Amino acid sequence: MINTDVLVIGAGPTGLFCAHQLGIIGLKCEIVDNLDKIGGQCIELYPDKPIYDIPAIPECTGEELTKNLIEQIKPFNFNFHLKDRVQKIKNQNNKWIVNTFKGKEFITPNIVIAGGVGSFEPRKFPTKNCEKFEEKTVLYSIKDKSIFKGKKVVIFGGGDSALDWAIELSKNSKVTLIHRRDEFRGAPSSVKKIKELEKEKKIDVLTKYSINDVKGSEKIEIVEIKHEEGQIKTINADYVLGFFGLIMQLGPILEWGLNIDKKTIPVNTENFETNHKGIFAIGDICTYPGKLKLILSGFHEGALAARGCFKYARPNEKYRFEFTTTSKTVKGRIGVKE
Amino acid sequence: MTKIKYIEHSGKEYEADVVNGLTVMEGAVQNGIPGIDADCGGSMACATCHVYINDDWFSKLPEKEIGEDDMLDQAYEPKKNSRLSCQIIVSEKLEGLVVHLPEKQI
Repeated sequence: MINTDVLVIGAGPTGLFCAHQLGIIGLKCEIVDNLDKIGGQCIELYPDKPIYDIPAIPECTGEELTKNLIEQIKPFNFNFHLKDRVQKIKNQNNKWIVNTFKGKEFITPNIVIAGGVGSFEPRKFPTKNCEKFEEKTVLYSIKDKSIFKGKKVVIFGGGDSALDWAIELSKNSKVTLIHRRDEFRGAPSSVKKIKELEKEKKIDVLTKYSINDVKGSEKIEIVEIKHEEGQIKTINADYVLGFFGLIMQLGPILEWGLNIDKKTIPVNTENFETNHKGIFAIGDICTYPGKLKLILSGFHEGALAARGCFKYARPNEKYRFEFTTTSKTVKGRIGVKE
Repeated sequence: MTKIKYIEHSGKEYEADVVNGLTVMEGAVQNGIPGIDADCGGSMACATCHVYINDDWFSKLPEKEIGEDDMLDQAYEPKKNSRLSCQIIVSEKLEGLVVHLPEKQI
């Protein structure tokens, strides 16, 4: 069990800056994020797109912003728990017991939800019958490629993941690549490679088709696909892989008894606390009159939520406001020597 | 103002007067029409404002920009007549436009 002052859910810009503010006021935190890297939407959705509305930074990309935020919290040595997701929370004697998907347990007086529009999850097939084969013969990510050796693998999708895996698995498996349109959006070199492999008859490529149904008893046997003009075709398959990118879902947060208003969590604007004591929500996931979904608003919200956390983390101390320019204590926390 | 009709998957219809220059997505969000999530806020970074447009209107819309189809690949059940409603800008030419909402966005 990890004991901490604050558990921050979400390692996007808002979560990172809130962590900075927690560090500044002398609190410890642990940061959990479902993605495999730090940065949230900035990194996952628009790493290369310039952002023009960060105060005092005329232009920067999502990646640069993330890099600087990470740099800014380095002195605090906070732990990141990536590729993990908070599943369950329980209140016990004014503390929150938090359990993650990967089996970690935290005990903390404060939880700050900086979860953006939710956690990124792979988009799944719309076909109901896929569910019973999921994680066995219908997969949305690959952990062990050796299971495909000598098997018939049907891959859906037109982006880099679909193309890369089609190329890789075509070495030892019979691969069929299916995409809903003629153009592939993957890297030009991968698209070229796919065309070559198709010409050499090392993979089958079917375009303008999407999944219609899957059949099989224990494991998948047949995939039924439908052309955009309506014709149905069937393919024998041992494995079906879907690579349709990531979608954002609130997931387990919905089950924590928080007030939810259209996928967002109402908060007060004094300290961004939710209807649960010790649970705060900041950034895109929170709502209040006048809310703007801007990164700069997330920074402000994080600064105030951090002060809100202080009250529960240090109930016997009085919070003292200090400037980073003048306070020796604060400078000590960020490792600045005078 | 231009009249846009939004039809839910269930068949339920909504009509909204949308200010020219806004997008079809904004028209739905501002008028409280359900079924268009627009998680990314209209930056073409998600596919949760996905709509279907019937043939008669589809050809009258400005063509898709590069990138829209890439995002549509990630939508729920994209079809030939799929569009992202955040990329359709309302003008008087679209008076009476009908958009069909998918069963769900995510």
